[in-house]
Amino acid sequence: MPEMEDSNTNSKAQQITRRRFILGVIAGGAVVGAASYRILSPGGRAHSGGERLITLNVNGTMRRVEVMKQETLAWTLRYKLGLTGTKLGCDRAECGACTVLIDDVPHYSCSVLTNTVRGKSVTTIEGLAAADGTLHPVQKAVVDEQGFQCAFCTSGFIMSAVGFLKTHPAPTRTELAHGISGNLCRCQDYNKILDAMMRGAEYMRYGVPAASQRRA
Amino acid sequence: MADTAQANAKKIESEQPLPFGTGYKLIGKNYETPDMLAKVTGRSKYAEDFRAEGMLFCRLVLSEMPHGRIRHIDASEALAMPGVKAVLTADDIPKQADYLDDNGRTIKASKWGERALTNEPVYHGEPIMAVAAVDELTCAEAIEKIRIDMEPLPFVIDPLDSLRPGGPNPREDGNVWERGKPPAPPAPTLTSLKWTDADFADYEQGKLPMGYAPDTWSYGDVDAGFKNAALVLDESFITPDVSHQCLEPRTAMAYWQNGKLYLHSGTQSTFQTVPAIARWMNLDPDKIVFISEYTGGGFGSKITGGVTMIIPALLSRKLNAPVMMRVSREEEHFIGRARPGIAGRVKVGFAKDGRITALDMYTVTNAGSYDASGDGGSAARIVSLLYQPQTMRWRGVTVMTNTPPRSAQSAPGGMQGIAIIEPVLAKAARQLGVDQVALRDVNCPEGKAEYGAPNHEGKRNYTTSCFMRMALERGAEQFKWQQRIAQPKRMGSKVRGVGVSLSCYVGGTIGFDGLIVITPEGRVRFHSGIGNLGTESVIDVHRAGAEVLGVPWELCDVVWGDTSRIMPFTCVSGGSQTTHAMTRAAFAVATECKQKLKEVAAKSLGGNAEDYEVAGGRVSRRGGGAGLTLAQAAQKAIVLGGIYDGHEAPSDVNKRTKAAVAALAGEGLVVAAKDNHPRDGDTYSFVASFAEVEVDVETGKYNLTDFLAYGDVGTVLHPRSLGGQMLGRSTLGIAHAIGQKWVIDPEYGMTVAKRFYQNKPPTILDVPVDMQWNALNIPDPETPVGARGVGEPPVGGGCAAVLNALSDALGDEIFQRAPVNADTILASFEAGRPMQHPLMGSI
Repeated sequence: MPEMEDSNTNSKAQQITRRRFILGVIAGGAVVGAASYRILSPGGRAHSGGERLITLNVNGTMRRVEVMKQETLAWTLRYKLGLTGTKLGCDRAECGACTVLIDDVPHYSCSVLTNTVRGKSVTTIEGLAAADGTLHPVQKAVVDEQGFQCAFCTSGFIMSAVGFLKTHPAPTRTELAHGISGNLCRCQDYNKILDAMMRGAEYMRYGVPAASQRRA
Repeated sequence: MADTAQANAKKIESEQPLPFGTGYKLIGKNYETPDMLAKVTGRSKYAEDFRAEGMLFCRLVLSEMPHGRIRHIDASEALAMPGVKAVLTADDIPKQADYLDDNGRTIKASKWGERALTNEPVYHGEPIMAVAAVDELTCAEAIEKIRIDMEPLPFVIDPLDSLRPGGPNPREDGNVWERGKPPAPPAPTLTSLKWTDADFADYEQGKLPMGYAPDTWSYGDVDAGFKNAALVLDESFITPDVSHQCLEPRTAMAYWQNGKLYLHSGTQSTFQTVPAIARWMNLDPDKIVFISEYTGGGFGSKITGGVTMIIPALLSRKLNAPVMMRVSREEEHFIGRARPGIAGRVKVGFAKDGRITALDMYTVTNAGSYDASGDGGSAARIVSLLYQPQTMRWRGVTVMTNTPPRSAQSAPGGMQGIAIIEPVLAKAARQLGVDQVALRDVNCPEGKAEYGAPNHEGKRNYTTSCFMRMALERGAEQFKWQQRIAQPKRMGSKVRGVGVSLSCYVGGTIGFDGLIVITPEGRVRFHSGIGNLGTESVIDVHRAGAEVLGVPWELCDVVWGDTSRIMPFTCVSGGSQTTHAMTRAAFAVATECKQKLKEVAAKSLGGNAEDYEVAGGRVSRRGGGAGLTLAQAAQKAIVLGGIYDGHEAPSDVNKRTKAAVAALAGEGLVVAAKDNHPRDGDTYSFVASFAEVEVDVETGKYNLTDFLAYGDVGTVLHPRSLGGQMLGRSTLGIAHAIGQKWVIDPEYGMTVAKRFYQNKPPTILDVPVDMQWNALNIPDPETPVGARGVGEPPVGGGCAAVLNALSDALGDEIFQRAPVNADTILASFEAGRPMQHPLMGSI
């Protein structure tokens, strides 16, 4: 992904250089994890530098937000925009809990730099239901089938399924399993997840039965 | 419903399974749990989803040595950095408090017990410090500036290395956990144990050494059992260390308000986590509010949360600001717990029909760096129950190593025991020419089945009920076992194999409390102290209460997940005890609530309580006449006060339930009750597991093509959540067979597999797309609702059915350890013998 040039930042001294960024990661050593983020604490403390103001289209709304060059979309969504439905399960593109749609295509938001989604449309789990609160057919199907157990992976699975079903509206069970295989469920509730997602595909094709309509 | 339960219990005599939900309005029916909408819309809040004004962040500093002692820490440069607020070291961690267990016994804090931070790390990755700052990058930069002077100490990774003559100890004072003798065992102590060179004589031949073992029991004349056997097999088998890897890491956020600690983190057991925090913090439980409405998985690793959750609490107290501690996936591999691997050896005598005449079992458990694992003993107990050997001896050694801490993991010990013995049964069936299902049938437990060691009176414990044989036979029918084994095995390079396994685990405890409030608005509120870790028992058990009360579910509310919302004395959600224990508590409190409603009606409308009945959301005079709505009854209860509105509590409930009742006083009809229902026997649930694999012997790659788990789990409470447990936990077991494991470098003691892609938990592509489950739905006769727990019973069967299917396809000489990977098969199939190192602990 291209590095974004940051022409607006005037506080060079406080800027995080690539070298310092990498050093920070190395410094973490065993604690690398996600330690490489600089995030602003809530409460309007003075900026510690490195951020620039950009506009993002998230769930159909234009959101102004200050982000750092190295900031991931998952971080921006969760810590800047308050959209905590997107979960961080590994922060390294292994588990899919952070999956969101970018221009209708599922992406691991932990591995997408926020700067790269300017001008694109981002959909998170919070933006899936209709404006009046009517659940998306896949959400409704998950409720109807009691899909998922602990549900930490649910947002990611639903976003993957919605993205996959947009291009594969009538999959077989095996095809759908492949379509959502980038998501990990540690409760290993795969059978019930597939039941729910297959029903979601049906609801998308034929509509949600009236008796089953539900608002968020 | 009490009548229904009794009627159902009678039907057991004819042993006829019932369709799910028979005789009930709510029990056995699917429904939408009240947490689902939040789960599908992203509104469900887990610990990391909370924010607080002025929230700081902290990060952990982990030990880079598997064993060492900190000589000096210099954090001055880090503390001088802008944005850095504080460091926390082991010296800041409160001394752990002794505590009273549920039976009122004082349990002394162990001198070897784990604390949140340490000055003597005993595994690579153990937290030694935490740094708080305005953001995480500042934390990381500060960590870079901390100078830690640490003295390296001897370490050991493989339990057998530690048992060798002159082998290293994981700590100065020993390597082996020694338990006291019953009936009142003191806490286990650490001692030093070394075996002799002679004990290791057959090590290179892959025979597990069997030196002196501190733990042992036996029943029957084992030697005579072997003499009478038609076939005797002696096999060694190794099970892997497998970390839980809950998808939600053990992140925690804490703040203090008016001297009270508010702590957000994941747990399996909301109510029971408060005393754990109190112990770790050495703090009065009344000063703790614990919030855990949603928990991203547990599997035994978060029974009462995790000790590290107090780190943000301590930093928050120090800094007078909220502190969030996010735990990364890599850190989760160190501090997130794991199932102990067991090296096992079993010598088994079989009669001609496959009946086990003698079983001599030996286990070496890798307990990791902290608590004394009970998995070895549990493995032996489960094996003794599941196969009912005519005579049996168990010997076990539980070894401490410098590897990350272990804890219970779904079916602790049971999973390993089943994985160790089942391949031996499969081999025996082939050698005796007995069908695999028939061999398990002949060894199957039944009814009040005895198990484990004889007690001091020479008597053995027994189960409440067991219909395993019926589950096995019905499962074989549903799986079309006979048709499958009749089919040709080999097609080109592909070889098919089918496997069956028995499986079981503990399924319930007794003696907890229920708490109901009927509000003046006419709503029935169940207070649930159960954790919401995904099993749905947090809600499901209260359906039994609503069923007893005869109120529509739409009138019911369940409050859970926040201890400030008041909870009764509740079991920990571990050992699959919740469904059994808390349906009993729900039954008890709903029965008591009915009685209280009748009394309120009698006091308001005249007559005796017996003249009234509760049905359809009303209490009314039998045979028609005056009555009260639930709302009216609640209003009357408030006027009556005393035992009706919570100003007095029943004398037999737990003292913390009494406090809960007092906190709710005046809110309506407040009813608490203790589960005093008798129980004859110990509660276990049973599963028969069936698997089919297709192995490509040219590449070693194999697929699991079919799977069925058939349960004897008592009354089915909620079919969809039961199905999730049956197949989810089966897959947890399957993971041990097909690839999930830890790898630790024995030379440097460093954890190597510390990401998902390295330790390989199963994905959706690793399991069949249409796994099957079923359940007998025969109520357990020793519990009023008939429901038993089910989380753990399927696990061992999941693993062993796959192992047995593999040996059916490939023969008995391919593997003697799990997991079985493509390279295992490729190398061993060509050589005709196991090519992996047979006994090394971590490969």
